[in-house]
Amino acid sequence: MKIEELREHLCERHPDLCPLFSLEFGDGILVVDAEKLHDAASDLCDLGFDLLGWCTAVDRGTFFEMVYRLRSRTMQVGMFLKCQVPRESPSIASLTDLWPAANWHEREVYDLFGITFEGHPDLRRMFLPDDWPGHPLRKDYADDRMIRRPDYF
Amino acid sequence: MRAFGLGLLVGLAAALVIAVAALLGVWWERKVAGRIQKRFGPQTTGPFGLLQTLADTLKLILKEDITPRAAQEGVFRMAPLLVFAPVAMSLAVVPFVAGWAPFDTAVGMLFFLAVPSVSVLGILMGSWASGNTYATIGGIRGAAQMVSYEVPRSLSVLSVVLLAGSIRPTAVLAAWRPWWLLLTAVGFVVYFVASIAEVNRGPFDLPEAESELVAGYFADYSGIRWSVFMMAEYGGMLAASLFGAAVFLGAARWLPGVLGLVSLAVVACALVTVMIWVKWTLPRMRPDQLMSLAWKVLTPMALVQLLLVGAVIPWLR
Amino acid sequence: MLEIENRETITCEDGRQAEELVLNVGPSHPSTHGVCRVIAHLDGEVVTKAEPVIGYLHRGIEKMAENRTYLQVIPLTDRLDYVGSMYANWAYCRALERLAGMLVPERGEYLRVITCELQRIASHMMSLGSTGADTGAFTLFVYAFDVRERVVELFERLCGSRLTYNFVRPGGVSRDMPDDGWTDDVRAFVKGLPKQLAEMDSLFFANVIAKGRLKGVGVLDPEKAVALGATGPVARGSGVDWDLRRDDAYSLYPRFEFDVPLGSNGDAYDRARVRLFECYESARILEQALDQIPDGAVVDETLPRLITPRVGEAYDHIESARGSLGVFLVSDGGPKPYRMKVRSPAFCNLSLLSELAPGHTLSDLIVILGSLDPVFGEVDR
Repeated sequence: MKIEELREHLCERHPDLCPLFSLEFGDGILVVDAEKLHDAASDLCDLGFDLLGWCTAVDRGTFFEMVYRLRSRTMQVGMFLKCQVPRESPSIASLTDLWPAANWHEREVYDLFGITFEGHPDLRRMFLPDDWPGHPLRKDYADDRMIRRPDYF
Repeated sequence: MRAFGLGLLVGLAAALVIAVAALLGVWWERKVAGRIQKRFGPQTTGPFGLLQTLADTLKLILKEDITPRAAQEGVFRMAPLLVFAPVAMSLAVVPFVAGWAPFDTAVGMLFFLAVPSVSVLGILMGSWASGNTYATIGGIRGAAQMVSYEVPRSLSVLSVVLLAGSIRPTAVLAAWRPWWLLLTAVGFVVYFVASIAEVNRGPFDLPEAESELVAGYFADYSGIRWSVFMMAEYGGMLAASLFGAAVFLGAARWLPGVLGLVSLAVVACALVTVMIWVKWTLPRMRPDQLMSLAWKVLTPMALVQLLLVGAVIPWLR
Repeated sequence: MLEIENRETITCEDGRQAEELVLNVGPSHPSTHGVCRVIAHLDGEVVTKAEPVIGYLHRGIEKMAENRTYLQVIPLTDRLDYVGSMYANWAYCRALERLAGMLVPERGEYLRVITCELQRIASHMMSLGSTGADTGAFTLFVYAFDVRERVVELFERLCGSRLTYNFVRPGGVSRDMPDDGWTDDVRAFVKGLPKQLAEMDSLFFANVIAKGRLKGVGVLDPEKAVALGATGPVARGSGVDWDLRRDDAYSLYPRFEFDVPLGSNGDAYDRARVRLFECYESARILEQALDQIPDGAVVDETLPRLITPRVGEAYDHIESARGSLGVFLVSDGGPKPYRMKVRSPAFCNLSLLSELAPGHTLSDLIVILGSLDPVFGEVDR
């Protein structure tokens, strides 16, 4: 299915999500508010997006941007679901009840970014020890052992 | 006093035989395993790599004697000896030449079957005293396995005892006839498989499962203590092969007189090679599959063998 | 908090209370395929709960990528899935090409396909060899590594290294095939491969003990596989008919004829069989690619050394030996990536361990871990 067909399909099933859908760099992207994330996600799940490929966060300075990659086997198409999470108290609904695959991905985001997921069954750090100070993938993370490589270009 | 001196001599001889057997056995195993795996095995240390095991033994002797802190020292140190000594003792009743065994007792067959079971104690001691969960699991598996496989082994040997009419190994060897193989072939297979399991070899090496339990019950043994466990294993293989060749196949009588020793040795080496071959070809069995093989396959086979032999006996007398 | 202190009490059949055994299958273990710690709660020999603890190989590759130029990130991607670095490079280059709008000449694309299919064979041999070693069939290990050694030798002649290749570059590949008969050697290898695979099949998979160890172990329901994000041979072993080379065809795969092996029972046996049969299919693709490869440039020479894509994001994925490997790149217009996220199939597959292990014995736990084929460079990044 092409992205344009997906847009039409989405618009007829869920008209409220239609204006939030955009096409960039060959992929469909749906940007929602943080409060509406779970509802939008369950709408997409009903629409046929049964696979959660991955989820991650991007530190945009003033906020974190959560990115979810969804895929539908029946419609043979993939798309992004994004939302913004404020930096001061980063917390968002967990999607593990819709896609159990989200479990480990959300733990990884919690570990590396510090975003907590409400409703996650087992929110613990994934890679780093439990008592590690800070969250490394944030842009303002500093550590004594970090080395800045000189730019040779 | 004389008996004590003789016993000491026989014991030392048995230990020496096992040490040499282990040396050559390890070399042969590495060569055979190499060939099965499309490679050569040891080649450079000595001609055909014969001195490789000597080099390894030298390395093991020179290793630091480590006893883990969590281990119970006395029991820890005694365990390898308790695994090795019964195997050496069992070699003493094998009839090497027609009419002679180093320790020719009237209950020799029972001796051979019963004495190596004491090794189970050694394994349990070693695994418990190591203070290591993996070792304990390995030891318990090993004990269960060894106790289970004694049943088919003893039953299959019993069929030969019935045919010979005696429990003295030299008498069994003297009474051996080639046509017995028609009746005892199944029993021999059961004996062979059960012996492989008794020495924790081949597809039955779960207690020492290297890839799961990291050497199981002898995980914490290093240096010469570990090599004592290894000598017990190779010694057990050799003893089982020698005994099987003598009692089931009558190999010590294939050539006349003292040359019977040569034919026995050749047949026993062939059986040891089959054990090595089986180990390197087949994967390892899981504990419950191992147990069900012993109780649900081998024991009924041995019982059927016994029935068969028992049915034939009246016509023999 | 890790579960080692919380031991459950088990009531035995005769009413006595026992404590379950908590066994630490430690990070340093011959069978954990790398550094993985599994905390197994055992009731006798039966596993009641198994939880993988990862992070022992976490090097912060995604963070490091933010401090390197786009070309300097490629050696980092090598070290993700170090058993299959060709695809990790390829996934990253595809994402970068999508972001920056680069094109790849045809010969370069053929070379990418050839090296990736060879890499798939090498990676599956590693996995099959480890399956053999886990179950005690060391001979299978050696046979599989014999095949892998030939592939790795071919790679050494091609790009100079045996494990981390740094070969696939944005806009093509780093160099052309060597003139010393490399193509003939690949053809000879591909010709001899089915016989070697058949040998391994009859040595191990036809064996009744191996079947006893692998069949019925770690049965994965296809619906659960999809829900938990499993891809690759782990999902195909359960019958989930999903292969990116065919269903979301990328690169030159529409030009090749190949089948996708599927399992039916979803146990460890089927997963291992799927990997074995994928090697046959890779051999087919290799033959076709070697026949079709045109002459020409292998890389787009007009690309600058310092790549500065436009502001934006792109995600692209490929079918690696473990599943769907993808890279998500976010660019802020500068010479370094703003964010690189690697979607690693081994990470997603490993989460299945806690679902598959309960009810099996300790030996089965090792077999299940092996059948999920984790490579911890990729899991931990």
